[in-house]
Amino acid sequence: MNRFMAVARGVAWRQIHNFTHNPAFLLPSIIFPLFFFTAFAGGLSSVSNAPGFDFPTGYTAFQFVFVLLQSAAFGGVFTGFSVAADFERGFARRLMLAAPNRLGILAGYLLAGVVRALIVGVLLFAVALVVGMQVDGGAVDLFGLIALALIVNLIAALFAFGVAFRLRTIQAGPAMQMPVFLILFFAPVYVPLALLSGWVESLAKINPFTALVEGGRDLISGQSFDVVFAYGLAFALAAVFTVWCVRGLRKAEAAG
Amino acid sequence: MTSDNGIEVDGLVREFKGGVRAVDGIHFRVEPGEIYGFLGPNGAGKSTTVLMLTTLLPPTAGTARVAGHDIVREGAQVREAIGAALQEAALDPLLTGREHLRLQTTLHGLPKPERLRRGTELLERVGLADAADRKVGGYSGGMKRRLDLALALVHSPRILFLDEPTTGLDPQSRSDLWEEVGRLAREDGVTVMLTTQYLEEADALAGRVGIIDQGRIVAEGTPDALKAEVGRPSLEVIPADKSGCDRLATVLARFGPPVEAPDGAVAVRLERGADGLADVVRALDAESVGIEHFQLHSPSLDDVFLAKTGHKLEVEEGAGPDTAEREAIPA
Amino acid sequence: MTTLLGQVGEMARRSITQTLRQPALIVPPILFPLCLLAVNVGGLDAATKLPGFPTDSYLDFAIAIPFMQGALFAAINAGSSLARDVETGFLKRLALTPMQRAALLLGNLGGVMTVAALSSLIYLGVGFAAGLEVAAGVGGVLVLVVLAFLVALGFAAVGAFVGLRAGSAEAVQGLFPVFFVFLFLSSQALPRPLIEQEWFRTIATWNPVSYMLEGIRSVVITGWDDVALQRGFAVSIVLCVLGIAGASRALRTRLVRT
Repeated sequence: MNRFMAVARGVAWRQIHNFTHNPAFLLPSIIFPLFFFTAFAGGLSSVSNAPGFDFPTGYTAFQFVFVLLQSAAFGGVFTGFSVAADFERGFARRLMLAAPNRLGILAGYLLAGVVRALIVGVLLFAVALVVGMQVDGGAVDLFGLIALALIVNLIAALFAFGVAFRLRTIQAGPAMQMPVFLILFFAPVYVPLALLSGWVESLAKINPFTALVEGGRDLISGQSFDVVFAYGLAFALAAVFTVWCVRGLRKAEAAG
Repeated sequence: MTSDNGIEVDGLVREFKGGVRAVDGIHFRVEPGEIYGFLGPNGAGKSTTVLMLTTLLPPTAGTARVAGHDIVREGAQVREAIGAALQEAALDPLLTGREHLRLQTTLHGLPKPERLRRGTELLERVGLADAADRKVGGYSGGMKRRLDLALALVHSPRILFLDEPTTGLDPQSRSDLWEEVGRLAREDGVTVMLTTQYLEEADALAGRVGIIDQGRIVAEGTPDALKAEVGRPSLEVIPADKSGCDRLATVLARFGPPVEAPDGAVAVRLERGADGLADVVRALDAESVGIEHFQLHSPSLDDVFLAKTGHKLEVEEGAGPDTAEREAIPA
Repeated sequence: MTTLLGQVGEMARRSITQTLRQPALIVPPILFPLCLLAVNVGGLDAATKLPGFPTDSYLDFAIAIPFMQGALFAAINAGSSLARDVETGFLKRLALTPMQRAALLLGNLGGVMTVAALSSLIYLGVGFAAGLEVAAGVGGVLVLVVLAFLVALGFAAVGAFVGLRAGSAEAVQGLFPVFFVFLFLSSQALPRPLIEQEWFRTIATWNPVSYMLEGIRSVVITGWDDVALQRGFAVSIVLCVLGIAGASRALRTRLVRT
């Protein structure tokens, strides 16, 4: 157990160090979510005047939840890029040689991803408050929202790692990014689910991310929130992608 | 000099930002039909010189004429007369070998019927006929260099510039390229200016060598003449009996002055050169001096470089041949 | 000596060959904008109920967006291709031939513009299949195609300028978020009068991308809106001129020959 934790800490430290000391990694992770927040909340705010748009806390909060979960998801994907790059450059082999339990390596990457998501989330939240975002949920609701975002980060990271372990090349980037992008955007991004139409509505209804983003919006607006369903779904997805990821790790180990 | 396919360089200088003089006033001539080797370590100014002579970099000062044309005022005429394979293989990984030749022949203005014929001819000549329709991205390093050479020859240039053409190649590919370059000069009369950091390459190919260091030519001449300038070969001997060094030194002193030797060995510079070797062996035999190791060390271009510059020519580890010729003779 | 036309043709042939051999250059510029169009049409259809929204079909409103996104890809692809030529030294090889600079630039843009033209036709095809109605009729479609082509050419030229100036494919990739920002901070999602936040509306008003979008959009929604078309064409032509001038100048610096 001690070695496991040591490995996880070591791997996490390196990732966090690279992320926080390298503007090329740090800035896009921060700037993109802020930009999306600005563009959606700022440019589309009049959409909340459309008939049937029923969200009491205001469009800024409505979009904040989506952008928070989106940044958490993409944070997981970006950590997946690092994993793929480590494999391509041979550094992953060095880690696998050093670590008796390779799950420690996985844990380290995940931990780093969570730290990254927290940094971005806190910044985003601060900016949202500064521009006057209304928050109708209590402290517990906000805690629940943060937890939801971190689970989304873990889900996306586990998915991305699974791809990285299997493909072991930076070229795997689009294979990690596109599915996450599609899942995020085939959800109620601009308006609540009830106002979607056509096949986008049908897709959104079966998209698991819809439940998470709508749950997050319930939390920030202090509305009734189906804890069991939302968290149950989130944990179920995390479990599925954990299996996906660990299997990928075993394939990477077998490949040498 | 008839300048149709010669190179004349007079006081060429190239200065970069910050006052860095990559080429610091060099003078040399390359005779028509000659293979001239430009030898120097990384950063000596070789590639900068080639870029200037191929009109891709204007000089800061000095003049040069390539194929009888001024490199600054008659750039287009120079380019018509020369071919160049520069330091990077400079190929498009998405195009096939044949497509490269098609592009090059078209840009050089070869008539349409001539393009395919010339392309096919060159591909066969450099041994790429079988791989002609494969994308260059899948070529080996040696194949890329051969294609590079073929592209440089498309318009039958009178002068060929080769900038470190065999860097990174395996011995067989290197040898094949040398053969082709030698043939171009011998049979087609092409003048070749070749830059290299490999002594063996300069030795094997070049009729004359210019040694450049820190932007200046420090020595010039045939490889043999340059080596002879440094001195005669030295002989290093290790006695079978470790305590017999003094006796060994006394015998060897008859054949030349002592030179530095590792511990447990004795070395002298042979006054008669390698011709005196038999006398040395006879003398040692006559004095019953047992020998464990006997090694003749001929001066190399690296020794020339060391003598002229005070430091050795640095070559990337494992990337090139040894820096000195050694003929180990078993005891 | 090969004529300029012959050289342009050969360079264009190379550019198109390169493009066709890289599916990653063809598929995303076509699929990605269409995906986003689908998302936006489904997600923002409710916006058409807002008082003052110029049409009751969000598809008619949003069809202009894929053309802009396609232009963004054209910029990245054009720039990356030229940057790679600089990085690999291929540009030096070309410099040693009698090739004229214009041939390199025009030829290189050839492949990228081929994809852009193909993409435009696909966007329109998909749009029509999904129920798009062009108020200006067949003539409007032709004008739309020409304007979209100019927009793509302008962006591609800017991409070429960055590729040649920076000489690095990574730098060109860095353009993507910049152009993305320009695209978002415009009237792409809502008409300018309906943008509530004043600062956003101001940026959108100053943003030239808004006028390109509005020009394309006008033939679909309004029919023949002279003002919108003039502005759209003017902005696109200025972008083309600036982009090509910048790229030519950068090429002169890169393709140094005495």
